[in-house]
Amino acid sequence: MDHVRIIEVKQSVFADNDKRAAQLRQELKGRGVFLLNLMSSPGSGKTTTLRRTAELLKDELKIGVMEADIDSDVDARAMAEAGVKSIQLHTGGMCHLDADMTRQGLDELLAEGGVELAILENVGNLVCPAEFDTGAVKNAAILSVPEGDDKPLKYPLMFQVCDVVLINKMDVAPYFDFDLEKCREYIRMRNPNAKVIPICAKTGEGVEEWAGWLREQIRAWKV
Amino acid sequence: MHELGIVFHIIRSVEKVAVENGLEKVSAVVLELGEVSGVVPDYLADCWRWAAAKSELASGSELRIETLPAVTRCGGCGADYPTVAHGRTCPRCGSGDTWLLTGNEVNIKEIEAY
Repeated sequence: MDHVRIIEVKQSVFADNDKRAAQLRQELKGRGVFLLNLMSSPGSGKTTTLRRTAELLKDELKIGVMEADIDSDVDARAMAEAGVKSIQLHTGGMCHLDADMTRQGLDELLAEGGVELAILENVGNLVCPAEFDTGAVKNAAILSVPEGDDKPLKYPLMFQVCDVVLINKMDVAPYFDFDLEKCREYIRMRNPNAKVIPICAKTGEGVEEWAGWLREQIRAWKV
Repeated sequence: MHELGIVFHIIRSVEKVAVENGLEKVSAVVLELGEVSGVVPDYLADCWRWAAAKSELASGSELRIETLPAVTRCGGCGADYPTVAHGRTCPRCGSGDTWLLTGNEVNIKEIEAY
Protein backbone atom coordinates (compact mmCIF):
# COMPACT_ATOMS: atom_id res chain seq x y z
CA MET A 1 0.00 0.00 0.00
CA ASP A 2 1.32 3.37 -1.00
CA HIS A 3 1.79 6.12 1.47
CA VAL A 4 -1.44 8.09 1.91
CA ARG A 5 -1.23 11.83 1.59
CA ILE A 6 -3.66 14.15 3.29
CA ILE A 7 -4.23 17.44 1.51
CA GLU A 8 -5.93 20.08 3.61
CA VAL A 9 -8.42 22.02 1.51
CA LYS A 10 -10.75 23.83 3.91
CA GLN A 11 -12.80 25.44 1.21
CA SER A 12 -16.51 25.90 0.77
CA VAL A 13 -17.97 23.79 -2.02
CA PHE A 14 -19.63 26.95 -3.30
CA ALA A 15 -16.43 29.02 -3.33
CA ASP A 16 -15.45 28.01 -6.84
CA ASN A 17 -18.91 28.77 -8.21
CA ASP A 18 -18.98 32.11 -6.39
CA LYS A 19 -15.69 33.03 -8.03
CA ARG A 20 -16.88 32.07 -11.49
CA ALA A 21 -20.12 33.98 -10.94
CA ALA A 22 -18.26 37.14 -9.91
CA GLN A 23 -16.10 36.84 -13.01
CA LEU A 24 -19.16 36.44 -15.24
CA ARG A 25 -20.80 39.50 -13.65
CA GLN A 26 -17.69 41.52 -14.36
CA GLU A 27 -17.62 40.43 -17.99
CA LEU A 28 -21.29 41.25 -18.44
CA LYS A 29 -20.69 44.70 -17.05
CA GLY A 30 -18.02 45.22 -19.69
CA ARG A 31 -20.47 44.12 -22.40
CA GLY A 32 -23.29 46.28 -21.08
CA VAL A 33 -25.57 43.33 -20.34
CA PHE A 34 -27.81 43.27 -17.25
CA LEU A 35 -28.53 39.73 -16.09
CA LEU A 36 -31.59 39.12 -13.93
CA ASN A 37 -32.05 35.78 -12.18
CA LEU A 38 -35.73 35.04 -11.64
CA MET A 39 -36.56 32.29 -9.17
CA SER A 40 -39.73 30.82 -7.68
CA SER A 41 -41.69 27.63 -7.10
CA PRO A 42 -43.12 25.85 -10.13
CA GLY A 43 -46.41 27.44 -11.17
CA SER A 44 -46.00 30.77 -9.41
CA GLY A 45 -46.18 32.66 -12.71
CA LYS A 46 -42.59 33.29 -13.80
CA THR A 47 -43.31 32.99 -17.50
CA THR A 48 -46.54 35.01 -17.38
CA THR A 49 -44.78 37.72 -15.38
CA LEU A 50 -41.96 37.80 -17.92
CA ARG A 51 -44.40 38.14 -20.80
CA ARG A 52 -46.01 41.10 -19.07
CA THR A 53 -42.64 42.61 -18.29
CA ALA A 54 -41.52 42.21 -21.88
CA GLU A 55 -44.66 44.00 -23.12
CA LEU A 56 -43.69 47.02 -21.05
CA LEU A 57 -39.97 47.07 -21.73
CA LYS A 58 -39.36 45.58 -25.15
CA ASP A 59 -39.65 48.88 -27.02
CA GLU A 60 -36.92 50.48 -24.93
CA LEU A 61 -34.62 47.52 -24.23
CA LYS A 62 -33.51 44.52 -26.20
CA ILE A 63 -34.51 41.56 -24.03
CA GLY A 64 -33.32 37.99 -24.17
CA VAL A 65 -34.68 35.20 -22.00
CA MET A 66 -33.14 31.89 -20.99
CA GLU A 67 -35.68 29.36 -19.86
CA ALA A 68 -34.13 26.73 -17.61
CA ASP A 69 -36.12 23.57 -17.10
CA ILE A 70 -35.50 19.93 -16.55
CA ASP A 71 -37.37 19.16 -19.76
CA SER A 72 -39.61 20.58 -22.54
CA ASP A 73 -39.53 23.89 -24.38
CA VAL A 74 -43.01 25.22 -23.55
CA ASP A 75 -41.63 28.28 -21.76
CA ALA A 76 -39.26 29.26 -24.57
CA ARG A 77 -42.13 28.94 -27.04
CA ALA A 78 -44.36 31.09 -24.86
CA MET A 79 -41.72 33.82 -24.74
CA ALA A 80 -41.08 33.59 -28.48
CA GLU A 81 -44.82 34.04 -29.06
CA ALA A 82 -44.59 37.22 -27.01
CA GLY A 83 -41.94 38.42 -29.44
CA VAL A 84 -38.99 38.01 -27.11
CA LYS A 85 -35.78 36.29 -28.10
CA SER A 86 -35.62 33.18 -25.99
CA ILE A 87 -33.66 30.00 -25.66
CA GLN A 88 -34.42 26.87 -23.69
CA LEU A 89 -31.80 25.37 -21.39
CA HIS A 90 -32.16 21.81 -20.18
CA THR A 91 -30.52 21.07 -16.88
CA GLY A 92 -30.38 17.31 -17.34
CA GLY A 93 -32.33 16.62 -14.18
CA MET A 94 -30.55 19.20 -12.07
CA CYS A 95 -32.67 21.49 -9.97
CA HIS A 96 -30.76 24.73 -10.45
CA LEU A 97 -28.30 26.54 -12.67
CA ASP A 98 -24.78 27.42 -11.60
CA ALA A 99 -22.49 30.08 -13.00
CA ASP A 100 -20.97 27.87 -15.71
CA MET A 101 -24.34 26.67 -16.96
CA THR A 102 -25.53 30.27 -17.05
CA ARG A 103 -22.46 31.25 -19.02
CA GLN A 104 -23.14 28.53 -21.58
CA GLY A 105 -26.68 29.80 -22.01
CA LEU A 106 -25.51 33.38 -22.33
CA ASP A 107 -22.99 32.39 -25.00
CA GLU A 108 -25.93 31.36 -27.15
CA LEU A 109 -28.30 34.13 -26.11
CA LEU A 110 -25.79 36.92 -26.65
CA ALA A 111 -24.19 35.46 -29.79
CA GLU A 112 -25.95 37.85 -32.16
CA GLY A 113 -25.30 40.81 -29.90
CA GLY A 114 -27.59 43.64 -28.92
CA VAL A 115 -29.23 42.07 -25.86
CA GLU A 116 -29.21 44.58 -22.98
CA LEU A 117 -31.45 42.77 -20.52
CA ALA A 118 -30.84 39.04 -20.20
CA ILE A 119 -33.25 37.20 -17.97
CA LEU A 120 -32.62 33.76 -16.58
CA GLU A 121 -35.83 32.00 -15.65
CA ASN A 122 -34.36 29.55 -13.20
CA VAL A 123 -35.73 26.06 -12.52
CA GLY A 124 -38.94 26.21 -10.48
CA ASN A 125 -37.68 25.49 -6.98
CA LEU A 126 -37.39 27.54 -3.79
CA VAL A 127 -34.41 25.65 -2.41
CA CYS A 128 -31.48 24.88 -4.67
CA PRO A 129 -31.34 27.88 -7.02
CA ALA A 130 -30.78 30.10 -3.97
CA GLU A 131 -27.51 28.34 -3.19
CA PHE A 132 -25.79 28.92 -6.49
CA ASP A 133 -24.77 32.39 -7.60
CA THR A 134 -25.48 32.51 -11.34
CA GLY A 135 -23.54 35.69 -12.04
CA ALA A 136 -26.75 37.75 -12.15
CA VAL A 137 -26.67 41.43 -11.24
CA LYS A 138 -29.95 41.13 -9.35
CA ASN A 139 -31.99 38.24 -8.02
CA ALA A 140 -35.76 38.30 -8.04
CA ALA A 141 -38.20 35.84 -6.53
CA ILE A 142 -41.89 35.41 -7.17
CA LEU A 143 -44.15 34.16 -4.39
CA SER A 144 -47.73 33.60 -5.46
CA VAL A 145 -50.73 33.98 -3.19
CA PRO A 146 -51.85 30.30 -3.29
CA GLU A 147 -48.44 29.23 -1.96
CA GLY A 148 -49.11 30.97 1.37
CA ASP A 149 -47.65 33.91 3.25
CA ASP A 150 -45.38 31.72 5.38
CA LYS A 151 -42.97 30.71 2.61
CA PRO A 152 -40.27 33.24 3.63
CA LEU A 153 -40.11 31.41 6.97
CA LYS A 154 -39.89 27.99 5.37
CA TYR A 155 -37.39 28.83 2.62
CA PRO A 156 -35.32 31.56 4.26
CA LEU A 157 -32.28 31.40 1.99
CA MET A 158 -34.32 32.16 -1.13
CA PHE A 159 -35.65 35.35 0.46
CA GLN A 160 -32.24 36.26 1.85
CA VAL A 161 -30.57 36.26 -1.55
CA CYS A 162 -33.32 38.23 -3.33
CA ASP A 163 -33.20 41.92 -4.12
CA VAL A 164 -36.88 41.99 -4.94
CA VAL A 165 -39.87 39.76 -4.19
CA LEU A 166 -42.95 39.88 -6.40
CA ILE A 167 -46.13 38.72 -4.70
CA ASN A 168 -48.06 37.38 -7.67
CA LYS A 169 -51.70 36.40 -8.25
CA MET A 170 -53.03 39.19 -6.06
CA ASP A 171 -56.35 38.87 -7.93
CA VAL A 172 -57.14 35.62 -6.13
CA ALA A 173 -56.18 36.91 -2.67
CA PRO A 174 -59.85 37.07 -1.52
CA TYR A 175 -60.07 33.29 -1.89
CA PHE A 176 -56.98 32.44 0.13
CA ASP A 177 -55.86 33.07 3.70
CA PHE A 178 -52.95 35.10 2.48
CA ASP A 179 -51.97 37.98 4.73
CA LEU A 180 -49.92 40.44 2.68
CA GLU A 181 -48.74 42.44 5.68
CA LYS A 182 -47.65 39.29 7.48
CA CYS A 183 -45.81 38.18 4.36
CA ARG A 184 -44.02 41.53 4.12
CA GLU A 185 -43.02 41.16 7.76
CA TYR A 186 -41.67 37.62 7.22
CA ILE A 187 -39.64 38.81 4.24
CA ARG A 188 -38.33 41.76 6.26
CA MET A 189 -37.24 39.38 9.05
CA ARG A 190 -35.11 37.43 6.59
CA ASN A 191 -33.99 40.31 4.42
CA PRO A 192 -34.68 43.92 5.44
CA ASN A 193 -33.34 45.19 2.10
CA ALA A 194 -35.65 43.25 -0.18
CA LYS A 195 -38.18 45.29 -2.12
CA VAL A 196 -41.66 43.75 -2.09
CA ILE A 197 -44.05 44.43 -4.98
CA PRO A 198 -47.55 42.90 -5.09
CA ILE A 199 -48.54 42.15 -8.69
CA CYS A 200 -50.99 40.24 -10.80
CA ALA A 201 -49.29 39.12 -13.98
CA LYS A 202 -52.65 38.09 -15.44
CA THR A 203 -54.34 41.49 -15.09
CA GLY A 204 -51.16 43.57 -15.19
CA GLU A 205 -51.67 45.06 -11.71
CA GLY A 206 -48.39 46.20 -10.19
CA VAL A 207 -46.36 45.21 -13.23
CA GLU A 208 -45.62 48.88 -14.00
CA GLU A 209 -43.98 49.28 -10.61
CA TRP A 210 -41.92 46.15 -11.13
CA ALA A 211 -40.84 47.26 -14.61
CA GLY A 212 -39.93 50.64 -13.13
CA TRP A 213 -37.79 48.99 -10.48
CA LEU A 214 -36.03 46.92 -13.12
CA ARG A 215 -35.48 49.97 -15.33
CA GLU A 216 -33.84 51.77 -12.39
CA GLN A 217 -31.53 48.84 -11.64
CA ILE A 218 -30.45 48.59 -15.26
CA ARG A 219 -29.76 52.32 -15.40
CA ALA A 220 -27.67 52.15 -12.21
CA TRP A 221 -25.75 49.13 -13.53
CA LYS A 222 -24.81 50.81 -16.78
CA VAL A 223 -23.27 53.86 -15.11
CA MET B 1 -31.99 17.14 -5.30
CA HIS B 2 -29.31 19.79 -5.17
CA GLU B 3 -27.02 17.07 -3.86
CA LEU B 4 -26.10 16.03 -7.40
CA GLY B 5 -25.07 19.57 -8.32
CA ILE B 6 -23.08 19.84 -5.13
CA VAL B 7 -21.30 16.57 -5.88
CA PHE B 8 -20.29 17.85 -9.32
CA HIS B 9 -18.82 20.93 -7.67
CA ILE B 10 -16.93 18.80 -5.14
CA ILE B 11 -15.47 16.62 -7.88
CA ARG B 12 -14.40 19.66 -9.85
CA SER B 13 -12.70 21.18 -6.80
CA VAL B 14 -11.02 17.86 -6.00
CA GLU B 15 -9.73 17.59 -9.56
CA LYS B 16 -8.27 21.06 -9.28
CA VAL B 17 -6.55 20.27 -5.99
CA ALA B 18 -5.25 17.05 -7.52
CA VAL B 19 -3.61 18.90 -10.40
CA GLU B 20 -2.08 21.47 -8.04
CA ASN B 21 -0.66 18.74 -5.81
CA GLY B 22 0.23 16.13 -8.40
CA LEU B 23 -2.24 13.52 -7.11
CA GLU B 24 -3.09 10.57 -9.33
CA LYS B 25 -5.74 8.86 -7.32
CA VAL B 26 -7.97 10.11 -4.53
CA SER B 27 -9.01 7.59 -1.89
CA ALA B 28 -11.27 9.77 0.25
CA VAL B 29 -12.76 13.22 0.45
CA VAL B 30 -13.67 14.59 3.86
CA LEU B 31 -16.58 16.98 3.87
CA GLU B 32 -17.76 19.23 6.67
CA LEU B 33 -21.52 19.55 6.59
CA GLY B 34 -23.37 21.98 8.83
CA GLU B 35 -26.45 20.62 10.56
CA VAL B 36 -28.69 23.15 8.81
CA SER B 37 -26.86 23.26 5.46
CA GLY B 38 -29.94 21.76 3.81
CA VAL B 39 -27.82 18.98 2.33
CA VAL B 40 -29.02 15.45 3.03
CA PRO B 41 -25.96 13.29 3.82
CA ASP B 42 -27.50 10.04 2.53
CA TYR B 43 -28.48 11.60 -0.79
CA LEU B 44 -25.07 13.17 -1.06
CA ALA B 45 -23.36 9.82 -0.49
CA ASP B 46 -25.56 8.18 -3.16
CA CYS B 47 -24.83 10.95 -5.66
CA TRP B 48 -21.15 10.66 -4.81
CA ARG B 49 -21.01 6.95 -5.61
CA TRP B 50 -22.68 7.56 -8.95
CA ALA B 51 -20.72 10.63 -9.98
CA ALA B 52 -17.31 9.65 -8.59
CA ALA B 53 -17.43 6.42 -10.60
CA LYS B 54 -17.32 8.55 -13.76
CA SER B 55 -14.19 10.37 -12.64
CA GLU B 56 -10.88 8.68 -13.26
CA LEU B 57 -9.35 10.45 -10.29
CA ALA B 58 -12.13 9.84 -7.77
CA SER B 59 -13.68 6.51 -8.81
CA GLY B 60 -14.01 4.17 -5.86
CA SER B 61 -13.19 6.91 -3.40
CA GLU B 62 -15.04 7.36 -0.17
CA LEU B 63 -16.95 10.49 0.82
CA ARG B 64 -16.62 10.97 4.57
CA ILE B 65 -19.01 13.44 6.13
CA GLU B 66 -18.32 15.24 9.40
CA THR B 67 -21.29 17.08 10.85
CA LEU B 68 -20.79 20.57 12.25
CA PRO B 69 -23.29 21.66 14.90
CA ALA B 70 -25.61 24.58 14.18
CA VAL B 71 -25.47 27.40 16.70
CA THR B 72 -27.66 30.51 16.73
CA ARG B 73 -26.94 33.75 18.56
CA CYS B 74 -29.66 35.88 20.10
CA GLY B 75 -29.48 39.64 19.60
CA GLY B 76 -31.93 40.13 22.48
CA CYS B 77 -29.97 38.55 25.33
CA GLY B 78 -26.69 37.53 23.71
CA ALA B 79 -27.17 33.81 24.33
CA ASP B 80 -25.88 31.14 21.94
CA TYR B 81 -28.17 28.15 21.61
CA PRO B 82 -28.49 24.98 19.47
CA THR B 83 -30.40 25.85 16.29
CA VAL B 84 -31.89 22.45 15.56
CA ALA B 85 -33.63 22.24 18.94
CA HIS B 86 -34.95 25.80 19.12
CA GLY B 87 -35.07 27.28 15.62
CA ARG B 88 -35.14 31.03 15.23
CA THR B 89 -36.72 31.95 18.54
CA CYS B 90 -34.36 32.30 21.50
CA PRO B 91 -35.23 29.73 24.18
CA ARG B 92 -33.90 32.02 26.91
CA CYS B 93 -35.64 35.33 26.24
CA GLY B 94 -38.09 34.57 23.41
CA SER B 95 -36.58 37.10 21.03
CA GLY B 96 -36.82 36.52 17.28
CA ASP B 97 -33.82 38.74 16.60
CA THR B 98 -31.44 35.85 16.07
CA TRP B 99 -28.85 34.83 13.51
CA LEU B 100 -26.97 31.70 12.60
CA LEU B 101 -23.36 31.58 13.81
CA THR B 102 -22.43 28.18 12.39
CA GLY B 103 -24.24 25.31 10.77
CA ASN B 104 -24.71 26.10 7.09
CA GLU B 105 -21.23 24.98 6.00
CA VAL B 106 -20.58 22.75 3.02
CA ASN B 107 -16.80 22.60 3.09
CA ILE B 108 -14.24 20.30 1.61
CA LYS B 109 -12.03 19.74 4.65
CA GLU B 110 -9.37 17.49 3.22
CA ILE B 111 -8.54 15.01 0.55
CA GLU B 112 -6.79 11.69 1.04
CA ALA B 113 -4.72 10.52 -1.86
CA TYR B 114 -1.90 8.23 -2.78
